[in-house]
Amino acid sequence: MSLTKEPTRPTEPMVRAERVHKSFGPVRVLRGIDLEVRAGEVFCLVGPSGSGKSTFLRCINHLEKIDAGRLYVDGRLVGYRQRGDTLYEMREREVAEQRRDIGMVFQRFNLFPHMTAAENVMEAPVQVKGVRRAQARERAEALLARVGLADRMDNYPAQLSGGQQQRVAIARALAMDPKLMLFDEPTSALDPELVGEVLDVMRGLAEDGMTMIVVTHEMGFAREVGDSLVFMDDGAVVESGHPREVLNDPKHPRTRAFLSKVL
Amino acid sequence: MAEATESAEPVEPARATKGTGPRPGDELPVPIKAVPVRHYGRWVGAGFVLVALALLVWAFAGADVNWGVVGDFLDHDTIVEGAAKTLWITLLAMLLGVVLGVVLAVMRLSSNPVLSSVAWGYIWFFRGTPVLVQLFLWYNLSFVFDTVNLGPIYKNEMNDVMTPFLAALLGLGLNEAAYMAEIARAGILSVDQGQTEAAHALGMSSAKTTRRIVLPQAMRVIIPPTGNEFINMLKTSSLVYAIQYDELFRAGTTISARNLAVMEMLIVVTVWYLLLTTVFSIGQYYLERHYARGSNRPLPDTPLQRVRAHLVSLRSPSQVGGTSV
Repeated sequence: MSLTKEPTRPTEPMVRAERVHKSFGPVRVLRGIDLEVRAGEVFCLVGPSGSGKSTFLRCINHLEKIDAGRLYVDGRLVGYRQRGDTLYEMREREVAEQRRDIGMVFQRFNLFPHMTAAENVMEAPVQVKGVRRAQARERAEALLARVGLADRMDNYPAQLSGGQQQRVAIARALAMDPKLMLFDEPTSALDPELVGEVLDVMRGLAEDGMTMIVVTHEMGFAREVGDSLVFMDDGAVVESGHPREVLNDPKHPRTRAFLSKVL
Repeated sequence: MAEATESAEPVEPARATKGTGPRPGDELPVPIKAVPVRHYGRWVGAGFVLVALALLVWAFAGADVNWGVVGDFLDHDTIVEGAAKTLWITLLAMLLGVVLGVVLAVMRLSSNPVLSSVAWGYIWFFRGTPVLVQLFLWYNLSFVFDTVNLGPIYKNEMNDVMTPFLAALLGLGLNEAAYMAEIARAGILSVDQGQTEAAHALGMSSAKTTRRIVLPQAMRVIIPPTGNEFINMLKTSSLVYAIQYDELFRAGTTISARNLAVMEMLIVVTVWYLLLTTVFSIGQYYLERHYARGSNRPLPDTPLQRVRAHLVSLRSPSQVGGTSV
């Protein structure tokens, strides 16, 4: 069972952002983000709250619309089609199609509370891809076993701990065979003792070569697993590089100030 | 008694070593013996209410009610048929109300301004006019439209189309839809925004998200007030007697017009309404249990389970965490 897809164009980065801007009313949340995420790398986004990292993550699968700039996933423009110089907004169906290839894990899990763990994992393959239920169930069992929840298959989310819920959420995202996984502060809502089990699953995914963009405050994870790290503040990229370099030897005073508080 | 006090003792933490010798918490508590507070006010209050109740029963027992007639007509064919029609029109009107109500709620929450305004207007009209007036409006529609003309599909005299049954169904059902729309809207809004986002992130369409993710969760909020509406509808359906639909209340008044046993027939009808509403209350209870699955709170026991639990607890009284009143 392979969890990752080969990138369609090996030279093309998995995610490319060019001067991405986003405002909520008068508040400018993103002020021209430029970055590239290569296929197969673990890309960490860190920064103080309100710096726009979560918003940027949500732009990648078009949960938020960007106001200016261009955002590409696997070479395809997110949310738009371009013919010549004209952009056409995508229809809902096309946006949904684009999202299938991008898994997302939320800070607050967002599991479907009226479905068991296995049903949560089966839902999208059955409803979106039309996979047969028996087959989807088999796959769900394998995925839940992979995140260490083989014995929790038929439990409802309310019967699971936070760490278990987040692992189900990861299995649910993996069930669509995404080529890119987005993690929006996946451990921030967890009790400290439950953080490790979720990070372990993410570490395993990284080892399997999954392309991951992780918004996190877990500097230890970033240092150990991350291939690239970007420090964002006030809607702009302040500093980027290899996690160890940035975390051990921050160049920018803003980065230094932030890290001195969290490390 | 001794077992009950023992079981109330805090449970030993799991990390304690299972060795011999005394452990903290092993010591048996000495139960407190105290004189309980006497609630004289409760006795006085209960006495008053019981006396009042007895007077009421005594008054009715001595009233000029021919209880034999009540008994005779309880299962009279006309009454039973009337009850069946009440049930039928209630079910159909509620079905119309729920389906149209959910559609209206989705329209009301739609980002399409035309759809949401139309839904708003519908609710404004049907909630703003008495249902009795609406019933007469439907029933007398032939005054303004003498034929129903749906082009090549259907054409007929309005008088033949707008039977008491159809007028009752439209009057009750369309009015109900306005109320159900507000209930469904509240239910949909109660579902966390994160649920929609998670479904969208998985590549589900808006329609599928609504049907598979949002509505099933909204049901938990929608069902209790809907049960209420159902019971209201059972009773409100008595209004359609005014437009000649032979439901329970009309069946009762028809008979009392002949045998002049007015109060007796009203009692018969009352008993039937109570019976129907009771059956629905029980049905609602089980429906709520069904949609409560996956919720944080443990499901309440069904009456049957409760009886069984009581029987078991009589035999073995040491039950930790059992409910007691």
